[in-house]
Amino acid sequence: MDEEYDVIVLGTGLTECILSGLLSVEGKKVLHMDRNDYYGGDSASLNLTQLYRKFRDGASPPQDLGRDRDYAVDLIPKFIIASGELTRILVHTDVTRYLEFKQIAGSFVYRDGKISKVPSTEMEAVKSPLMGLFEKRRAKKFFEFLQTWKDEDPATHQGIDLDKDTMSTVYEKFGLEPGTQDFIGHAMALYLDDDYKKKPARPTYERIVLYTSSMARYGKSPYIYPLYGLGELPQAFARLSAIYGGTYMLDKPIDEIVTDADGKFVGVRSGNETVKAKQVVGDPSYFGAGKAQEGGKVRVIEEGKVVRAICFLKHPIPGTDDADSAQIIIPQNQVGRRNDIYVALVSSTHNVCAKDVYVAIVSTVVETDRPEQEIQPGLALLGPIHEKFVSVSSLYTPTSTGETDNIFITRSYDATSHFETVVDDVHDVWKRIFGGKELVLKKRDVQVEA
Amino acid sequence: MSKQFQFKLVLLGESAVGKSSLVLRFVKDQFDDYRESTIGAAFLTQTVTLEDQTTVKFEIWDTAGQERYKSLAPMYYRNANCAVVVYDITQSTSLEKAKSWIRELQRQADPNIVIALCGNKLDLSARRQVSQEEAKKYAEEEGLMWGETSAKTGEGVSDIFTSIAKKLPLTAPPSARGGTRPGVPGGRTGVDLNKQANAGQGQGDQCNC
Ligand SMILES: Cc1cc2nc3c(=O)[nH]c(=O)nc-3n(C[C@@H](O)[C@H](O)[C@H](O)COP(=O)(O)OP(=O)(O)OC[C@H]3O[C@@H](n4cnc5c(N)ncnc54)[C@H](O)[C@@H]3O)c2cc1C
Ligand SMILES: Nc1nc2c(ncn2[C@@H]2O[C@H](COP(=O)(O)OP(=O)(O)OP(=O)(O)O)[C@@H](O)[C@H]2O)c(=O)[nH]1
Ligand SMILES: [Mg+2]
Repeated sequence: MDEEYDVIVLGTGLTECILSGLLSVEGKKVLHMDRNDYYGGDSASLNLTQLYRKFRDGASPPQDLGRDRDYAVDLIPKFIIASGELTRILVHTDVTRYLEFKQIAGSFVYRDGKISKVPSTEMEAVKSPLMGLFEKRRAKKFFEFLQTWKDEDPATHQGIDLDKDTMSTVYEKFGLEPGTQDFIGHAMALYLDDDYKKKPARPTYERIVLYTSSMARYGKSPYIYPLYGLGELPQAFARLSAIYGGTYMLDKPIDEIVTDADGKFVGVRSGNETVKAKQVVGDPSYFGAGKAQEGGKVRVIEEGKVVRAICFLKHPIPGTDDADSAQIIIPQNQVGRRNDIYVALVSSTHNVCAKDVYVAIVSTVVETDRPEQEIQPGLALLGPIHEKFVSVSSLYTPTSTGETDNIFITRSYDATSHFETVVDDVHDVWKRIFGGKELVLKKRDVQVEA
Repeated sequence: MSKQFQFKLVLLGESAVGKSSLVLRFVKDQFDDYRESTIGAAFLTQTVTLEDQTTVKFEIWDTAGQERYKSLAPMYYRNANCAVVVYDITQSTSLEKAKSWIRELQRQADPNIVIALCGNKLDLSARRQVSQEEAKKYAEEEGLMWGETSAKTGEGVSDIFTSIAKKLPLTAPPSARGGTRPGVPGGRTGVDLNKQANAGQGQGDQCNC
């Protein structure tokens, strides 16, 4: 390993793989390493053997679950928003060529002890039990207001200033009930808590527009999902990186981040080899996350925790019309919490498990010292749970931007149900690496031949 | 009416056995004596027309060098319909490497995958280290197709791809991903992001709630 690289990337999670791919396309000489013998890091999808190695101390998976190779169980539950930023990157880099996507069948919201479908057609909206008749009329006026809004045309503003008025003010103007506000703010704008209500309305407006345009794209839900699991996403971007010259080394222990006397990055040591590079990018686990600090520099800090329960079911989730995939949002108000609880369901339709098995992941931001109890309202919706793997993960964030030491650290995968914050992080790290230059997505040269 | 099929074909084998050269011969009928180790692999396709006018389009994936440090992503061969596992007849170690790829495919790939074992560099048979008998016997035991080729002279190259095209289960719907590609009977079941990205933008104002 005598060669010198422009950038060493540590960890093959989605954030690192997107960055690695984009850096290679940009012409950087990239070395991409991972301590694991599989791609994906914290955002991997595991087969049964890997899953039992991680959660059950290497016990062998029970026979009745079927074949190992049929499984790709996501560690982080997220869906892709059809009109969102990840979709844009996938299309611009042409990485879609390596992947195939399916819709998530339905998006549901929990209200007064029951779940209802988030309406995806006008017919469904009219029939939806989520609102009474008069509330539906008020909601209709509210959505029409959002739909017709044009920044340059004050006649469409109805006296509202999206940049000054809070979202609460907007809700009040249309006389929307608290239950409707929960539904709009959490099931459509996908906020995890209620802080957004006290802030200017524009971001909420944008999120609702994103949701409805994503919904309009394929019809059933605003979400799409890659066949064979989310772990395909990092692999696809890794291939992009490799095609543009990136070198890949999995199963490589990373023993030290080597710095010079000023603390500037020099290289990465694995065993008794040290590889040099100008810059390093990596996930928090390579920079001291979760380890006791021994005099070294504190490079990442914990911001909070997420609890996730991966559940195998032998049936679809009751009340979802036997959907083969779904998102269920339990707005925090409904269960007396600060943060929403999410349920994400996928199944053999997405080639992630054996036939007649359903994989549901229940997750939320940890608020107490008994995290497993916090997801109880979500678990209770699932019916009999065949097998359950619970984990509590810390969310780490870097303490510095990396501009002085050339060490650029990404963030852990948060509790949101989609990839928008992952793409935000990609943009942020890119800008730090390039001293303030924004990431501009260039269309890749198409190389189809013959 | 003639039928058209599309299949994903992956190449596996030790570095320098001639994977990229075989593809170059098959797709462009060219050969390059000083071919560099593959990076920047192109995405290649080639169509084979069979005697009954059925056309089989191969979507060919080269490794892009990810296998070099045992880091090939399972995504690479996950939904491949066929794999050409290449060894160099002048290097017996390359056959051992080919065997380990075949074991990996048998464990992780689609159970219906068609695997062809291909002994390349037939023009160098004076320096042969792997006998035809040995390779053929192994292929028979494992139920693989087998052939020898020279990417340099072109000998055997189209034969191996044509035999694969014939062997692929033409009447059965191809497996998951292959089956949902355009041009394949049965149509798409997935969603096409590219198409939507271009056409979809204006749809935002037409909510179907
Ligand atoms: C739970 C819920 C979720 C919604 N989600 C969205 C969304 O995601 N995106 C979005 O843009 N809009 C949403 N809406 C509002 C949506 O249904 C608007 O009515 C629609 O955007 C107006 O379109 P239009 O002008 O084509 O319909 P119009 O031509 O105004 O209406 C067509 C006919 O259907 C009736 N109608 C339409 N909507 C309703 C309704 N909601 N209740 C009762 N009668 C109705 C009208 O009275 C009219 O007779 C939602 C409404 C509800 C109640
Ligand atoms: N004599 C002879 N040389 C060949 C033949 N096929 C390939 N070569 C040569 O072998 C070398 C390696 O060929 P490649 O096609 O690059 O091999 P590869 O398997 O793609 O190698 P990697 O990309 O490193 O994995 C090149 O110098 C080729 O010219 C052949 O049939 N006969
Ligand atoms: Mg090659």
